[in-house]
Order: sequence, then C-alpha cells, then structure tokens
Amino acid sequence: MVDIEQTALPGIGLKHEFTTRSGRRVGVVSHRTGRRDLVIYDVSDPDRACEAVKLNDEEAEALVELLGAPRIVQRLNALHSQVEGLVSLQLPIGPGSPYVGRPMGDARVRTRTGASIVAVVRGGQVITSPTPDFGLAAGDVIVVVGGQDSTEAVADILADG
Amino acid sequence: MHSTAILFLEFGFVILGLGVLGAMALRFGISPIPLYLLAGLAFGQGGIVPLADSEEFISVGAELGVILLLLTLGLEYNADELVSSLRGNLRGGLVDLVLNAAPGAIAALLLGWGPVAAVAMAGVTYATSSGITAKVLSDLGWIGNRETPVVLSLLVFEDLTMALYLPVLTALLAGLSLLNGAITVAIALGTVSVVLLVALRFGRFIEAFVRSPNSEVLLLKVVGLALVVAGLAQQLQVSAAVGAFLVGIAVSGELAEDARALLTPIRDLFAAVFFVFFGLQTDPRAILPVAGLAAALALVSMITKLLAGAYAARRAGIAKAGQARAGIAMIPRGEFNIVIAGLAVGAGAHPDLGPLAAAYVLILAAFGPLAARLVQPFITAIAKRA
Repeated sequence: MVDIEQTALPGIGLKHEFTTRSGRRVGVVSHRTGRRDLVIYDVSDPDRACEAVKLNDEEAEALVELLGAPRIVQRLNALHSQVEGLVSLQLPIGPGSPYVGRPMGDARVRTRTGASIVAVVRGGQVITSPTPDFGLAAGDVIVVVGGQDSTEAVADILADG
Repeated sequence: MHSTAILFLEFGFVILGLGVLGAMALRFGISPIPLYLLAGLAFGQGGIVPLADSEEFISVGAELGVILLLLTLGLEYNADELVSSLRGNLRGGLVDLVLNAAPGAIAALLLGWGPVAAVAMAGVTYATSSGITAKVLSDLGWIGNRETPVVLSLLVFEDLTMALYLPVLTALLAGLSLLNGAITVAIALGTVSVVLLVALRFGRFIEAFVRSPNSEVLLLKVVGLALVVAGLAQQLQVSAAVGAFLVGIAVSGELAEDARALLTPIRDLFAAVFFVFFGLQTDPRAILPVAGLAAALALVSMITKLLAGAYAARRAGIAKAGQARAGIAMIPRGEFNIVIAGLAVGAGAHPDLGPLAAAYVLILAAFGPLAARLVQPFITAIAKRA
C-alpha cells in the first residue's frame, strides 16, 4: 500500500502526497474551487514543489482515467488470486448476445446469480460501477465478481439470455 | 454645482484613480494596497486635492470595507480548520505573537506614547497580511510546498488572535477607567467566546437560514446578517469587524464558497475605499519625519517574522530552505495593520501613530512580496549545494 499523507490547507483546500519507491515525492493540491494542482517535489529541496501543474475538472478526470484504467483490471486479477473462492471474470459481449443494445439491468445478473458486475471495459476505457440503465454494446467486456458457479452462470446469461 | 454632483465627481475620480493604480500594480506584480494608500495620501488632509464633499461618504464606505474584509476572511475558514490549526501550531503561533508584537510595543513605549498606543502598535507589527501572503504563495507556486501548511496555520492563528485582540483594543481605546475597562474587556471576550461557540456548534442553523438558491437573496442575507452582528458587537464594545469575522466563520462549506464569490467584488470596492480613507486621514507631510523610524521598525519586524516562520517550520520538520521560505512568506503586512491603526487614530491616539503605521505598511506591503520573489533563486541555489 502507498502511504498517503493528508494535510489541510486552511483557506485553500487539501493536499495529499506520497513518496514513490524510487524516492520522488508527488502530491495533489485540491483547491475548494475545484482546481487541482499536480505537484512534484524537488530532489535536492524535498519541501519545495518544483513543478505545479494546474488541472481543471476535465483535465484531472482525464489524468485519472489514464493512470487508473489499467490498474482496476489488474487489481481485480490480484484480488482473484488473493481471496480463495472469489472469482473475477472478464466476459466479452459477443455480437450474438441477446443484451446488445439493451440496458444492463435487463439481464438481472445479481438477482439471478448473486454475482456483481463491477465494471465494463469499452474501447480501452473502464467504466466502473455501471448503473442498471447502462446500455451494452457488442465488443464490451463485462467484469464480474462472485463465486465460481455464479460467475459462470453470468457468462451463460450474457451469451444466451 | 449641486452637492450630489460634486460627491459623484469626487468619489468617481477617486475610484477611477484606484482602477488605474490597480492596473499598474497588476503590471508590476505587486500588491495594490500600498498604491491605494499613496492615493489616499495624495488627496484629503494636506494632500494635493482636498475632498470636501465626499470625505464623509468615503468614511462610511471605509467602515463597510473593514466589515467586508473581515467577513470574507471569516468565510475562508471553517471552524474545524481553526480548531485543528490551533492544536497543531500553538507553540509556533505563540512565538510568532511574542516576537512580532514586541517591536511595535517597544517602539511605542520608547517614544513615550503610553501603554494604550503600545498595545495598538503591537498589533500593527504583529499581524501578517493573509491576503498578500496567500497571493505570494500562489504567485510563486509555493502552495504545494511542504512548509505552506505551517504558514497557513500561523495565519489562521493570527486571525483568531485578532478576534480576541480587537475587542481588547477597542475597550482600551475607549479610555475607560481600570475597573470599567476590565469589565468591558471581560464582556467583550465573553461575547466573542459565546459567538465562536455558537458558530462552531450551531453554524448549520445559521447556514440553513442564509441558504438560498438565488444568489441575490444569499447576498442580501449574508451582508445583512454580518452588518447586524457587527452593529451589535460594536454596541457591546467588541468591535464591529470581529462580529463580521465571526459571521464568516459560522458559514462554511459550499455556501461559504458561493457567498465569497458574490461578496468579493463588493469587498474589493469598499476595501479599496478603506485604504484610501486611511491615507486621506494621514497628512503626507507627517510621514517624512517618521520615515526613518518606520524603516527601522520594518527591518526589525522583517527579521522577527522570519524567525517566527522559520521556528514554526522547523518544529514541523521542514528543512533549512523551507524554513527560510516560511519566514519570508510571512513578511507582508497590509489590511489588518491599517485596520488596527485606523481604530487607534479614530480614538485620538498620538498624532504620529497614523503616519508611522502608514509608512510601515507601505514598506512591508510593497517589499514583502518583492523579497519573496528576489530571494527564491538564492534559497534554491543553497538547497542544491547542500
């Protein structure tokens, strides 16, 4: 786990920072106005932010997606190996699936199998916690978490209805 | 000419002049406060153009300016931040208080101005301008720095100290007898504690009352509430400014953010009027005799601020370069110091106090941010070599 340090900046907002394994310090200043600063600390003067990049809401979100997307799938795979009996599967929606073009809720996956859909991967992007009205499309990859039997049951449902 | 016409003309030219000065300040990257003070000195008493008809109007505007300055300052903080800052940096805050109140107090006593003026001058040298310092931190990209939380919590400590100091000063300036003075101070401190407690515990009720989806309604409610509390506070000898500050603290979160955005333009207008008014009251010819003294006082209190900031930063485990930056960021003095001097002058303090405070703030408001900018490369060079 990364040890993240949180500091209040009275009148400005919050700062989170941590040290990477290679010894660099990185932080994010969250202004109350919604502005974010990505700060990188100087090697020779570790208290000084030598780079501060201003990010607006959209830019911050873009950065999060770039950094975070592959991590979620990776972490799910790690979870799989860590917890015995817990299985995460990545199930592609084929063009023949009855749910193409329909909201995800129509499959009633949790009610019927007990497994949960935690994310949908579409075009290299990860949509986490999709809502029941999320429309599925051919080529989507569903990430489902549950027991061995229930996740396999989800695969059947998605393929055959 | 009709007197309303003259009022508009005089006031209009003053505001227009401030706009031009503000544009200059922007171009040179300095705080406009010293320029506003200079503008005030140029007009009015002993200045080039006396403002006969608008001086009264400007004086009311100046009072409003103080209230709006303190209200928006209070809006920047929420109660939790105040409490946690107090806990974390009590030692640093006290060292800052003692080191920086001393130069002013000692100077006033040496000049033979008496104990009340000493209390006022202590405040003039003590308070860092949180407005100018925040701007320095942001302009130089120091907000992410690890010493910055220390600087900010020292500023919070100072502002809270002001909430206790201003009522005491108001009572002292009222020139009451020792017993009556003590009673008034006790009432003042009691009121501040009660209001602070109400703000901390029941802030959400105040917020529920003030909240409105309509920005016009929100603006009217916040300003109205601040003025009412300020008036009550003034009546109780607590100082109107502190009342407004406490209202600001009671409102927090998104509501405070909205209110601040609405109030900022009005505050900017009336705060500028306030700085001009202080300059108006000050005779520029009286500044020259105290200029040397002001420079000496500025130099001494630059050093004491540097020490106080560095001390607090060292306690927080910040290295040498960061300690230096923490000290330098704290040097600018500005609005509060003039507010304090304004109170003292209004109550008829020593005639040299106003000019001394004006010259002192002129030096530090202009030089403080400049010092930070100039010193930055040196600090970095030193850190690189070490």
